[in-house]
Amino acid sequence: MNSMTSDGYITADGRQIGGKLMELKNITLRFGGVVAIKDISFDIRQGEIRAIIGPNGAGKSSMLNVVSGFYHPQDGEVWFKGSRRQPMKPHQVAGHGVARTFQNIALFDGMSVLDNIMTGRLNKMKAGFLSQAIWWGKAEREENENRAVVEQIIDFLEIQNIRKTPVGRLPYGLKKRVELARALAAEPQLLLLDEPMAGMNVEEKEDMSRFILDVNDEFGTTICLIEHDMGVVMDLSDRVVVMDYGRKIGDGTPDEVRNNQQVIDAYLGVAHD
Amino acid sequence: MDQLIFASEVMLNGLMTGVMYALVALGFVLIFKASGVFNYAQGVLALFAALTLVGIQNGQVPFAHLINAAFGTSLHHFGWTVPSVLAIALTALVMVGLAFLIEKLVLQHLVGQEPIILFMATIGMAYFLEGLGDVMWGADIKTLDVGLPQGISESIETVTDSWFGYGYFIDRLDIWATVIAALLVAALVAFAQYTKQGRAMRAVADDHQAALSVGISLRFIWVMVWSIAGFVALVAGIMWGTKSGVQFSLSLIALKALPVLMLGGFTSIPGAIVGGLIIGVGEKLFEFSIGPMVGGATENWFAYVLALLFLVFRPQGLFGERIIERV
Amino acid sequence: MLYREAGDFKTSYRDDSQTFPIKLERWGYYAVVAVAFGIVPFVINDYWASAVLVPFLIYAIAAIGLNVLTGYAGQVSLGTGGFMAVGAYAVYKLMTAFPDVSLLIHVVLAGAITAVVGVLFGLPSLRIKGFYLAVATLAAQFFLVWLFNKVPWFYNYSASGQITAPTRTFMEQAISGPAASASAKYLVCLVFAFLVAWMARNLTRGSIGRRWMAIRDMDIAAEIIGVNPLTAKLSAFAVSSFFIGIAGALLFSVYLGAAEVGEAFGINKSFLVLFMIIIGGLGSIFGSFAGAAFLVLLPVLLKNLLVGNLGWPTDLAAHIELMIVGALIVTFLIVEPHGLARLWSLTKEKLRLWPFPH
Repeated sequence: MNSMTSDGYITADGRQIGGKLMELKNITLRFGGVVAIKDISFDIRQGEIRAIIGPNGAGKSSMLNVVSGFYHPQDGEVWFKGSRRQPMKPHQVAGHGVARTFQNIALFDGMSVLDNIMTGRLNKMKAGFLSQAIWWGKAEREENENRAVVEQIIDFLEIQNIRKTPVGRLPYGLKKRVELARALAAEPQLLLLDEPMAGMNVEEKEDMSRFILDVNDEFGTTICLIEHDMGVVMDLSDRVVVMDYGRKIGDGTPDEVRNNQQVIDAYLGVAHD
Repeated sequence: MDQLIFASEVMLNGLMTGVMYALVALGFVLIFKASGVFNYAQGVLALFAALTLVGIQNGQVPFAHLINAAFGTSLHHFGWTVPSVLAIALTALVMVGLAFLIEKLVLQHLVGQEPIILFMATIGMAYFLEGLGDVMWGADIKTLDVGLPQGISESIETVTDSWFGYGYFIDRLDIWATVIAALLVAALVAFAQYTKQGRAMRAVADDHQAALSVGISLRFIWVMVWSIAGFVALVAGIMWGTKSGVQFSLSLIALKALPVLMLGGFTSIPGAIVGGLIIGVGEKLFEFSIGPMVGGATENWFAYVLALLFLVFRPQGLFGERIIERV
Repeated sequence: MLYREAGDFKTSYRDDSQTFPIKLERWGYYAVVAVAFGIVPFVINDYWASAVLVPFLIYAIAAIGLNVLTGYAGQVSLGTGGFMAVGAYAVYKLMTAFPDVSLLIHVVLAGAITAVVGVLFGLPSLRIKGFYLAVATLAAQFFLVWLFNKVPWFYNYSASGQITAPTRTFMEQAISGPAASASAKYLVCLVFAFLVAWMARNLTRGSIGRRWMAIRDMDIAAEIIGVNPLTAKLSAFAVSSFFIGIAGALLFSVYLGAAEVGEAFGINKSFLVLFMIIIGGLGSIFGSFAGAAFLVLLPVLLKNLLVGNLGWPTDLAAHIELMIVGALIVTFLIVEPHGLARLWSLTKEKLRLWPFPH
């Protein structure tokens, strides 16, 4: 059992979790007449691995899009790093320290692995137009500095040998890893993973789980993930939000959630009478 | 008052042009719906059809120019003429054959490519067909006469004269073209909506895979729509060819249909019709009212700029559905 | 010396990201540049300059320009002819208004003016995509050609409606007008082509290039990782039009000498340059040169073969050329959508492993 304090808690495996990095208050999201998310509140704490689970169509992906700032909820407030987040354009989100991966891999197929990961650094690269055109001074310096950071990530995720391969030629599991690398390259404070293990075999899942834990452990990155595989979720995450039909039906440690009657009903089905 | 009457005459002419635009645009929409190909070669198809028609009518020897150059002969005509109806039927056959070849040699190999690649392939096809038409039939300007009435319609002139004190100048060919185009448009719409093949075509447009899985033959549908497009091109070629001779500029009518499509949406049949009318009337009225102030010939670009401005405010076109982007 | 990376160790990221990482290739590049600058100007004659080399260099510039927009940033444009016209008319107005300023500066300024026009016509790309945009760029093509045809100020009220390039000199050598020598024309175009290719290479290897390619490959994902589509697309339009404007300015002032807008910069020019980058290779600087060379040489060769050797009439040769170009485009799109550049890199791949392919 975790001991909860006002500004953090200690996890089962003894990690210190900090205060609230993000807090969502009474979020409601509608598409036309359809209510995708209804009145959901939860928080994500500094340094933890937070999972959002739920059956198909529960609104998990919509929730992640709200967290990332891609969707703007009609009602409710999103607090991030202590201030209320204003609606912004999708391309501004990354600049605020949020990076993500996608459910259906969204890599840039025409570019090499290295270039794909370098795109994660775009927000850090400020060299002017002219400097880039003549490749002198800041442009070249900045390119090499950022390349060094990216190389560390490449080492970390063990993809050195495919550095110069065009992404389109990679197998599925590696693509997922490259996508994680691209998100990490942005050095995010909050990393969002949309079904990082979807469609993987057991071995690939184990690899990916290890990388997620290592990222959290080594860089101290806060992670929020959506996943279908219950086993994986329960092993990985510190706290879990359970959604069903756009509502929150459970929130707590994996053990708490596992024993929550509502959650059991949602997953196993319940006789309606 | 006089201005108003002039304007109404201009508008009438614009409407008639608009129907022709709608017809050409429809050729685009059908192909786009069925195969996802935005067929830039549509205009060249019309030119090719008209050239073939004239060639067959006059009993020209195909590739005479090439054969003469290669073998030193001096062939030009077989020495017979073919009656219009038969010539049109033969040309229609040629167009079906062409549709078959296009499917076999080009489309089949480009299945699943990005739309923009397909589009560029049709530009290549347009070049090839333009060259082929010229090599086959010669590039000189030809007159086309399949017996359509021409000249100013006196009856309309007299009637409007008695009404407004001003006789409308309207070409009988335009009236015929409008009627035929309108009939063809109606027939195509009916075909797409009510026949089995039409339904299959729309199914293919929705989802290639799903259509395949319920037993629709993609190849058949593609050959069919390209044949229809060839036939539409033939009709357009006859109208325009009769009016201003069979020559390269004929292939430019297709360019005129592009803004119509942007306005109406690439997948909407009513869009093609309404868009065609709007562009037809719009460009004639603009040329009539603003043209003289800026040196005329505004028809060259007006349609594009109109469509462009329109698209900036409504990217999905007149009848297109709103696009929701997802991740 | 074999074509190998082995033994050629890179010890810094700078070395690793250079344009020609393999030694043999690097030397090949130096050799080509040395021949182009050091030998060709002394042996060039009028026929080679006007039939092959000068148009090749100018079209290579235009193709690089279009490749930036279409090949790297993924925005298809059919307005190249119109933008080249902007460059040509801009340089004409500048040349005649400020005769004392060097033509070379005017050419660069004409490129800048074209960049502004390009950004203007690029604005719709923020709302519309794919071939909607391609068709929209036709608006630029037709409107610009019409504008230069109908507004006499642009052609200085000349009776013929044509623009004619006056003679301008650089270091006392005529570089435009009838007095310009073959080697002077060639050198001017070569310098511009070299600089444009170098700049394009630099821009596409750095962060701007990655922004363009990200937008090209998947625009929504690009936005979410922080690429601003507004600046990415408009900068692509600006750079592309800048190069295309330079090409148009050179085409008129150095190569043609006189031009009528509909004839020199009509829609066919747009297609010609588009074909160059399809055949050469989308998203490749080398491909821009290869495609330009191919489509400049093809008519010359065909004409020599059909008209010169076989004695066929010129119009027949022209029609056959149309057929061949069209068929080639379709073939390339079917067989090798990445064009000559891809064939070249495949050959290099094979060469690296030769003679042990496994």
